[in-house]
Amino acid sequence: MTAESNSSDLPAIEFDEVYKSFGERGRRHTVLHGISFSVPRGKTTVIAGGSGQGKSVTLKLVLGLLRQDSGRILVDGQDVTLLRGSELRSLRTRFGVLFQGSALFDSLSVFENVALPLRERTKFSEQEIKERVMATLAQLELSGHEEKFPAQLSGGMKKRVGLARALQLDPEIVLFDEPTTGLDPVMTQEIYQLFERMQKDLGYTAVIVSHDIPKVFDLADQIVLLNRGEVDVFTSVEQIRDSKKPYIREFAEMTMGELFKSDRSEC
Amino acid sequence: MVQEQLQESDIPSWARPFAWLGDQFLYLLTDLGRMGLFLLAALAGVFKRPFRGKELLKQLSFIGAGSITVIFFTALSSGMVLGLQGYYSLHKFGAEGMLGSAVSLTLIMELGPILTALMVTGRAGSAMCAEIGIMRISEQIDALECMAVDPFRYLISPKLLATMISVPLLTAMFDVVGIFGGYLAGVKLMGVSSGSYFNGMMQSVTNHDIRLGIIKSVVFALLLVWISTGRGYFVQQIRGVGFGAESVSKVTTQAVVMSSISVLIFDYLLTAVLL
Repeated sequence: MTAESNSSDLPAIEFDEVYKSFGERGRRHTVLHGISFSVPRGKTTVIAGGSGQGKSVTLKLVLGLLRQDSGRILVDGQDVTLLRGSELRSLRTRFGVLFQGSALFDSLSVFENVALPLRERTKFSEQEIKERVMATLAQLELSGHEEKFPAQLSGGMKKRVGLARALQLDPEIVLFDEPTTGLDPVMTQEIYQLFERMQKDLGYTAVIVSHDIPKVFDLADQIVLLNRGEVDVFTSVEQIRDSKKPYIREFAEMTMGELFKSDRSEC
Repeated sequence: MVQEQLQESDIPSWARPFAWLGDQFLYLLTDLGRMGLFLLAALAGVFKRPFRGKELLKQLSFIGAGSITVIFFTALSSGMVLGLQGYYSLHKFGAEGMLGSAVSLTLIMELGPILTALMVTGRAGSAMCAEIGIMRISEQIDALECMAVDPFRYLISPKLLATMISVPLLTAMFDVVGIFGGYLAGVKLMGVSSGSYFNGMMQSVTNHDIRLGIIKSVVFALLLVWISTGRGYFVQQIRGVGFGAESVSKVTTQAVVMSSISVLIFDYLLTAVLL
């Protein structure tokens, strides 16, 4: 099922008073202090914030790879925390994930990496798998690289292969974990353009975790700022600039300095 | 509301050793629990479909066929040393005729299963642990889970099955090559009669002895593959191993040490129970 075919008015993902802490007994560090926010369906939500603020943790919680200490995480109204085994696996098939380091399988070629979810999760014939994989690789400008191994690819190509793999099962929601880490500015721009194009073409709900501010905001329909375990939601960069909260202003000045200067000179 | 976490500074100083002891005990229980569940999931993965025949063959080739050389030389040298040592000991009592019996029983019941398990641990167990550990820290296992692919069926079970098939066969090979090594040293070098060497062996080795050797090799195979893959799989949850590449190297060392010690402990236990 694609995002377009789902007519539900429910948010795609909902965080409700979620707490999460890490560390050993007696030395625990709380990362999320009861955060609540929603991810609208079919839109792009950017989760931003400094390092160690729990951005990637939010993605792992959504996927059930980590468990929160308390609170609820709802995907289409279904509480992820209550799911186990086959139910959790069934939920995960609705997601596509692009990991920070791409998480490609070192011992498999580009083709085998992209074909893996189809081979493992569908009953397609080898011919059908080949056709689908080659079509996706062509769409992401990776034709001719299908026999290469991840170690032979550039950082940008690895991201594109990761995205190709993430899109194979027609996910309703695609999660991007720091997708431009380690890429140069030109490649970063190209990757963002690619994300925007693919999201428009396929209509999935996108959640991008990034500290690549302010560039990543160009893609965002909604911005979630995580700061010291608390959360603020904005629908535009202007809202962040106009925020009266001192820590948001401080964060915005530090991370969006250029935008602030132009804003002030216009005033 | 979230439960307030007890911080170390909240514990009075006199109670901290007890808190530490309790913490260590709870950690040990947690570790045993997750390793137990890991083994159950890996065993269950063997029976889940789709069956990964190609991966099983690849692992059989790596763990089994790839270990033949090291097993051959270990077995040959062990057998030859047993032949020489046995000859000198038995010669004092004029009992050289018992050499075949002594060499074969020692190899079939003890040295064969133990040395095969230790060699496979060093060669393939360490590699399996490092491979899975790297897959864990580079999020490849998370990626499998996100694609709703069972990492046990996909990754662990073929290794488990291949080890369980390979180690008993390698042990059998070890026994045969070791007996041949004893023959070279005892018969060809020291002049014990060939007939008494093989007759002694055939008269003293019973089906029970062979069964004990096979049971040991199966148990050792299970121990080494369980500990090696389990330590790699939980690399991020094991205390005191650090992070990143360092954690993989330390956990690999830990896996080899734990597997080796477990094999030796279980050797005694199985001998005591089954002999």
